[in-house]
Amino acid sequence: MTGVISLLPEGRHGLLVPPLGRSEDLDSYLAVGGYAPLVAPQRLLDRIAALGLRGRGGAGFPAAVKLRAVRAAPGPRVVVANGEEGEPGSVKDRWLLRHRPHVVLDGLRLAAAMTGAERGFVYLSDAPAERAVRRALAECAPELRIDVVRTEHTYVAGEESAVVRRINGGPALPTAKPPRPFESGVGGAPTLVANVETLARVAAMYSRPDAADPVAGSHLVTVSGPGGGAALVEVPAGTHLKVLADLSGHGRADAVLLGGLFGGLYGEGWADLPLGHDSLNAVGGALGCGALHFLGPEDCPVAVAVEAAAYLGAQSARQCGVCVSGTGALARALSAVAHGEAGYDTVEKLHRWSRQLPGRGACGLLDAAARIGATLLDRFPDQVDAHRGSGCPACSDAASEDGRRFAVPVP
Amino acid sequence: MKLLLDSTRCQGYGLCQEPSPELIDLDEWGYARVRAAEVPSGGEDAAEAAVAACPNSALRLVK
Repeated sequence: MTGVISLLPEGRHGLLVPPLGRSEDLDSYLAVGGYAPLVAPQRLLDRIAALGLRGRGGAGFPAAVKLRAVRAAPGPRVVVANGEEGEPGSVKDRWLLRHRPHVVLDGLRLAAAMTGAERGFVYLSDAPAERAVRRALAECAPELRIDVVRTEHTYVAGEESAVVRRINGGPALPTAKPPRPFESGVGGAPTLVANVETLARVAAMYSRPDAADPVAGSHLVTVSGPGGGAALVEVPAGTHLKVLADLSGHGRADAVLLGGLFGGLYGEGWADLPLGHDSLNAVGGALGCGALHFLGPEDCPVAVAVEAAAYLGAQSARQCGVCVSGTGALARALSAVAHGEAGYDTVEKLHRWSRQLPGRGACGLLDAAARIGATLLDRFPDQVDAHRGSGCPACSDAASEDGRRFAVPVP
Repeated sequence: MKLLLDSTRCQGYGLCQEPSPELIDLDEWGYARVRAAEVPSGGEDAAEAAVAACPNSALRLVK
């Protein structure tokens, strides 16, 4: 059971309101100021830039920079609402599409107006989300022509070049960059691929100008941990991770896996980390899509690293030789550590790969696997040492490739 | 001038490294790694040789 909780100050509306047991209909959305005519797209774009809205898909790239790049490109343009959430520990995008499809479609319409696009897509894999979006489009199709494109659910299917490739009729697999979608995307047109939470924040910033600043600075976060306690939470940036752990019943955690599987492991001192892209980057982590998986006292960080690396290896698109070889080698080395079979040369290799592998694949999957290995060695040296020559009970049944430990049900 | 590698195309033949070891090295699995995307001045011929050597067109030069 996944809770839905707002930690925004009393009286401040965020994306998780109203509390819903069903999909928000058109009347309810109009009642909160949705779909208001956009008279000055440039002014909204300037406001998004001034308030520093960052993309919520994972990279945290400034939204205004992306919007302006598409706007400045020549010819017909395309906007895509990216709702394909590949991280197993994240639920926010599917929750938004299932429960608040109109706020996403409103954001897509505004993004089209700001970039000059005449064509829009909603890209997703979740069947309930697709039904909600189609129902919303039938209720009120914005003037923009919008098509829904369904993809298969994989770790890499939401990566922006994979999104473009799938919409163009190919497989949902990443391509080499450049070109990036803003240069050549859907049908070769300059394309904005924006995460659905980013678009929802754009819509909320426009419909509630008085609250635009806190809307731009808040985050949807999925927290999970041992025993299945999980929650989708909306929080102001800077909220300490301790608050999120307490809220989801993981206050006794010893460590946390940051950014879904993308931000590596963090141990001692995790409780005081402030939530945010810059604050987590500064400590060698990453916020990614905002998923946090806490490790309880009974969880072994080595076992978690083994499962995360095995899952990433299994999810490799198998297009880049370095990713196939690299994720395989990382997973085998971590498994050797877990089973007490790793010599010093294994640990040395893990250190070397953590420096040499990032940035070499067409997408970030290999980087994620390398960061898991690196952060395990850097932050848990005693636990790694303790595995040498002797088995660890928590590690003996690790190595599942299905990512089951990290999966969170959509509330 | 930039030397770009499409890692989805690199099959690990290693032929690019032979004429241009100063621009490219091979990892322990044989896949190419471009040492620095920006080609140093004087390295243009070597970069072109590396691009021409790849049987799978994994390398390209962007001015």
